[in-house]
Amino acid sequence: MISICQEIARGRILVSDGAWGTFLQQKGLQSQECPETWCLTHRADGLDIAKSYIEAGADMVETNSFGANRIKLAQYGLESSAVELNMAAAAISREAAGSDHYVIASMGPTGKILMMGEVSEAAVYDAYAEQAAALCKGGADGLCIETMSALDESEIAVRAARQNSTCAVICTFTFQKTIDGQYRTMMGVSPAEMAAALGAAGADIIGTNCGNGIEGMIPIVNELRAAAPERPILVHANAGLPVLKGTTVTYPESPEMMAGNIALLVAAGAAIIGGCCGTTPAHIRAMAQAVKKMRR
Amino acid sequence: MSELLSKIAGCVERGKINATSPYPPDLKGQEGADELTQKALKENIAPQQILSEGLVIGMRNIGVKFRDNKVFVPDVLMAAKAMNAGMKHLKPFFLSGAVQRKGKFIIGTVAGDLHDIGKNLVSMIIEGAGFEVIDLGVDVPTEKFIKAVQEHPTAFLGLSALLTTTMINMEKTVKAVKAAAPATKVLVGGAPLTQEFATQIGADSYSADPQGAVDFLNKAA
Ligand code: B1M
Repeated sequence: MISICQEIARGRILVSDGAWGTFLQQKGLQSQECPETWCLTHRADGLDIAKSYIEAGADMVETNSFGANRIKLAQYGLESSAVELNMAAAAISREAAGSDHYVIASMGPTGKILMMGEVSEAAVYDAYAEQAAALCKGGADGLCIETMSALDESEIAVRAARQNSTCAVICTFTFQKTIDGQYRTMMGVSPAEMAAALGAAGADIIGTNCGNGIEGMIPIVNELRAAAPERPILVHANAGLPVLKGTTVTYPESPEMMAGNIALLVAAGAAIIGGCCGTTPAHIRAMAQAVKKMRR
Repeated sequence: MSELLSKIAGCVERGKINATSPYPPDLKGQEGADELTQKALKENIAPQQILSEGLVIGMRNIGVKFRDNKVFVPDVLMAAKAMNAGMKHLKPFFLSGAVQRKGKFIIGTVAGDLHDIGKNLVSMIIEGAGFEVIDLGVDVPTEKFIKAVQEHPTAFLGLSALLTTTMINMEKTVKAVKAAAPATKVLVGGAPLTQEFATQIGADSYSADPQGAVDFLNKAA
């Protein structure tokens, strides 16, 4: 099978998967639990999530490893399990993906702020290096460093992934719209700044995830594309921000609504499109059908 | 207001800690909140005045800019560092009673929720407004909030939640606190909350940003 980047270079638009976190919650994950421990304790549930996205038409699936860096795991006293959890996470998604689909393994933020001296750069590098190596060994094709907001932490993560794995390195940021209509991360980074810095750090693919629904992703992709005309762009959009109805949490954007924005995202420059929090196999199915129509 | 005090306010707003701090680049080598606060004390400016006309003004200015999306999280964190550099010289006067704080504020992120960046910013900006802040951290069970308000009966209580799932549990916490200490004023905040939700669970105040919480406390204290 050719690599993700080679497929994109041939002009193919690829479909990624949908949410893992909210899917695990549906399967009974509690908010005080460490989600990644489910790779060991509830293997079949993870396998089922990955399979349901492949069946829905995704070309690639993520992994249940978002918070499995040792700095974040330390909040649960699980830092010494980092290698084991990441290898298991990658192996589960690999099993579902087989040899004809890709696995892009999730790597989230450490939750610490480097500029405040809460952790050292060396500790952050080591944590990501360990995670990247274990995910690669477990069978990942790509590493998806996601929901990032600070340049320094992301540059270290990209470098660590590059130097400690043979995987394609993807890095996506979470942007919000400011009062005057610009997009910035909470740390103040714009899409253009992110595109320049992460490209220089060695990311193969850049992009955006989370956010506030799929429509808001279009202007972000436009800005990324203008700043980095050659670099492939990935979008993992959430199904809007959750709303509370009585005591149940629902996500506002339907599969049809999200699929209806695919053509616009591709026109803006996106090469890989999938979902984030609140998206389900039904969302990915509708999005995959929209992509298929465009391929013809 | 003296020129020195407005300089202190400026250092806090720009996040200028001391002369050796490299940040912000355009103020490199100049004195920061650290040196200028000491200077003000040496010039016999009342500690209370240094706090309320220097440090607090700087934090208020950065809080307003943050609310208006003119600056972002790092700017507020640096401002808080500069504020702390000045504040440490005022600590002896807090202890002796020569400087009075406006009141006490207890804050924590609710049970099941580990997000603390927003909660920390709220703490810093409220401390910068002249309140004593007691930070209980993240994933705080209701019993711990109750214990804290019983230990500090005059304190205000702030609850932060970033997850829709943990926000729902805030109602229980508010009710339990009100049952144990009816006079306690409870402020709630965090991205998923709305005024409507806050009213529905019986909180005394909701604000979308730290500055709103300061405005409420300034009126209530
Ligand atoms: C008392 O009075 C007051 C008054 C005002 C108050 C107040 C109290 N408290 C806050 N305010 C207000 O003032 C603050 C300053 O302006 C503001 O605080 P905020 O916290 O809103 O703003 C901060 C300054 C900046 N914002 C933030 O710090 C949050 C940013 C985002 C990206 C975010 C981050 C960084 C993290 N996360 Co999480 N995270 C997301 C966020 C998505 C986003 N783009 O917002 C959000 C909040 N996360 C989410 C989720 C789902 C999760 N996260 C998780 C974990 C994490 C990290 C650890 C990686 C990290 C936290 C690091 C840390 N030390 O806090 C997990 C939960 C862990 C747990 N049990 O808590 C996990 C479940 C993910 C997973 N699958 O593991 C989503 C929540 C959805 C929902 N509404 O339920 C989310 C909106 C992302 C999304 N779009 O889906 C105001 O709300």
